[in-house]
Amino acid sequence: MALLQLSEPGQTDAPHQRRLAAGIDLGTTNSLVATVRSGNAETLPDREGRHLLPSVVRYTEAGVIVGEEAKASSIEDPLNTILSVKRMVGRGLEDIKSLGSRLPYHYAQERTAVPRIQTVAGDVSAVEVSAEILKALAMRAEETLGGDLEGVVITVPAYFDDAQRQATKDAARVAGLKVLRLLNEPTAAAVAYGLDSGSSGVHAIYDLGGGTFDISILRLNRGVFEVLSTGGDSALGGDDFDRVVAEWIMRQAGISDDAGRSMLRQLMHDACAAKEALTRTAVTELDVDLGNGARWQGLLTRDQFNELVDPLIKKTLGPCRRALRDADLSREDIQDVVMVGGSTRVPRVRELVGAFFQTEPLVEIDPDRVVAVGAAIQADVLVGNKSDDEILLLDVNPLSLGIETMGGLVEKIIPRNTPIPVARAQEFTTFKDGQTAMAVHVLQGERELVTDNRSLARFELREIPPMVAGAARIQVTFAVDADGLLSVEAMEQSSGARASIEVKPSYGLTDGEIETMLRDSFEHAREDVEVRRLREEQVEARRVVEALSAALSEDGDRLLNADERKQLESALAGLVALVEDQDHEVIRKGIQDLEKACEFYVERRMNASVSQAMSGHKVDEFE
Amino acid sequence: MSITLTESAANHVLKFMEGRGKGLGIRLGVRTSGCSGMAYVLEFADESEADDVIFEDHGVKVLVDPKSMLYLDGTELDYTREGLNEGFKFNNPNVKDACGCGESFNV
Repeated sequence: MALLQLSEPGQTDAPHQRRLAAGIDLGTTNSLVATVRSGNAETLPDREGRHLLPSVVRYTEAGVIVGEEAKASSIEDPLNTILSVKRMVGRGLEDIKSLGSRLPYHYAQERTAVPRIQTVAGDVSAVEVSAEILKALAMRAEETLGGDLEGVVITVPAYFDDAQRQATKDAARVAGLKVLRLLNEPTAAAVAYGLDSGSSGVHAIYDLGGGTFDISILRLNRGVFEVLSTGGDSALGGDDFDRVVAEWIMRQAGISDDAGRSMLRQLMHDACAAKEALTRTAVTELDVDLGNGARWQGLLTRDQFNELVDPLIKKTLGPCRRALRDADLSREDIQDVVMVGGSTRVPRVRELVGAFFQTEPLVEIDPDRVVAVGAAIQADVLVGNKSDDEILLLDVNPLSLGIETMGGLVEKIIPRNTPIPVARAQEFTTFKDGQTAMAVHVLQGERELVTDNRSLARFELREIPPMVAGAARIQVTFAVDADGLLSVEAMEQSSGARASIEVKPSYGLTDGEIETMLRDSFEHAREDVEVRRLREEQVEARRVVEALSAALSEDGDRLLNADERKQLESALAGLVALVEDQDHEVIRKGIQDLEKACEFYVERRMNASVSQAMSGHKVDEFE
Repeated sequence: MSITLTESAANHVLKFMEGRGKGLGIRLGVRTSGCSGMAYVLEFADESEADDVIFEDHGVKVLVDPKSMLYLDGTELDYTREGLNEGFKFNNPNVKDACGCGESFNV
C-alpha cells in the first residue's frame, strides 16, 4: 500500500490528491532537491545515498547521463560532457566566449540568439542541458515521494537578470515541471532557518561557495521578506583558498611555478584536503609526491592556514560593507547572519564574519543544503499544503531598468534594489512635429549613457496621432513580476494606441559584468553627470533649431522682412555650429543667444496667431 | 481495543514532532472518500477532543475519534522504506480489500 506522511491538523488530503512539491537548488557545480515530509524539510538522496547531484550532463549516442557518472567522464570526453552550464544559461555566444578558454565546447554556427553546443547526440542549448539536470532531480523526488510533482520552486542567484531567470523557467518547462516560483538563493536560506517566523528583523546571508561569493541583506517585516541589497564577487571562493594553500606548499617544497598541469592539479587536491582537515583539527600533515620519486612532507597548522586565507576572507567584507551601505544600514542593524556554501565550514570564515557583523553566525543547517531546504519549505506553502501563515516573499531587482531618451541617455524607471513585484509608469513625449511613431528601447544598468548599459529589448509604438512636438503624452509602464520578469508597455494617452513587450531573453551579461557595471557606475559617476549635462543641452539645442526652422518655413516670409530673416538664419546657423561642441556651458549660452535673437519673431508669431484666432469675433465674446 | 506503533514508527513520530516543535501526539482516523470507500487520516494533533480515545505506545500519544475506532481497532502503525520512498503504513486487520494504490480501503 501507499506510504503515508504526517499532515498538519485538518490538512490530510483526499487519496490521490496529495500535492507533492519540491525545492530545487540548481547550482553551478552541484544541484540538490528537497521536500517537506511529515513536517520536516530535507534534501533527498539518490539510491546510493548521495544528496549532491553534480551539475554535469554527458551526451552520448546511447542517451543522456547526468551526475556523478557524467562528471567522471569529463576528462575522457570533454566535448560531450557539459559542466557549469549555469554560467551559460541566458547568455549569448559572445559572452560565453568571454568566459575564457575553460569551456572547450564547439558551438553550432547558427544565426540564433541562443548558442547551441555541438555534441554527438546533436546540438543542445544551455536551457536543454539545465532541463536534463532538473529532470534527474525531479525523477529522484517523484521516486522518493511516490507520485508526480505538482510544482517546484527553483532557486536562482539574486543577481540573475531577466534573461537568466526566463531561461531557468524555460529549462523547467522543457523538463516538464511547473515552476511555482523562482526564489532568490539568499531568501531561501533565510526561510530554511525559519527567520520568517520572527516578527521583524534584518538578516545578512553570507554565501561563499567554491567559486563565487554573494552577500544579501534581507529585511523581514510582518512576515514579509524584502531583499534590501545584494553584492558579491563572482571570482572568489573556496577554490581560491585551495590555490593559496597550494602556492604555500610550492614555496615550502621548492616546486617551481612551471610545474606540469597534473602536478598542479595534484597540489590543488592536496590543498583542498588540508583545508577540509583543518576545519576539524588544529594541525594537519602534508605528504606531497614531487613526481621524481621524491616526496615532501610537512605540517600546516590552522594558524598558518588562517594567515594564508585571511586576505581572501577580508576581501569578502568589502562587498558586505557595500551591501550595508546600499541598504542604508550599519552592522549593528544585522540580527542574524546565515552561512551558506561549503566554504563557510572554514572556522576562520565564521570567526571573521561573526566579528564583522558582531553576531554569532547561523551554521546549524548543512551550508550546502540550506538553500534547497528553504526552497522546499516555500514549495510546500505555494502548493497549498499549509493554508495558514503563508509566507509572501519580496525580492528586489538587482539592476536599474529604464528606457533610452533623446541624446542616447537612459531614463531610469525602476531603480536598482526596488522591491518586486513592482509597476512604475512615466510620461514621455514626441520630439518632432507630426511624429507618429516612437521607438522604446528597454535598458538595464546603472550608467547614464545607453552605450554603457545593457540592452534588453526594443519595440515601437505606432499610430501616435500627428501633433506638434511635445504635445503627445506617452505613458511607459514597467512591471516586474514576482519572479523578476519584466514587461513594458507604452500607451499614447489621447488615442489609446499601445504597444508592449515581455522581456524575452536578449542574452548577454556575465556575473562578473554585473559587478563591473555596479562598480563602474560609482567610478564613473562624475563623468557620467558631465556627459548627461552635455547630451541634454545638445538635445535641447537640436529641439530649438528644429522648432525655429519649422516656424521659419511656415510663416517666415509673411512675418519677417529680408534683413530680419537673414539675421535670424545666421543666428540659427550659429547654434547649429555649436551643437557638436563638447562644453555644455557653450551650448547653453548659444541657446540663450538664439532665443534672445528671435524674441521679436516669437512675439510677432504670437500676435499673428492671436489675431487670426480672434478675427471675425467680437471682443465681448472673449470676456 | 488497541492501536499500536512499531518502534520504528514511534521513533519517526517523535523525531518529526521534535522538528515541528509542538504537538500533543498524532491523530489517526478514517474518512469516507477515495476510490475504495475509506481513506486514512494521519496528522499531528495539537489538541484532543472530549470523546477521543487516547492510547500511548513507545512514548507516543495516539488520538482516535470513536467513530474511526470502529475501523481501526487492532491497527499497527509501521514506518517502512520502499525503494527511495519511506513513510507510515497502516497494518489494519479490518481491511477486506484496498484500491490498487492502497490509499483507500473497504471494511
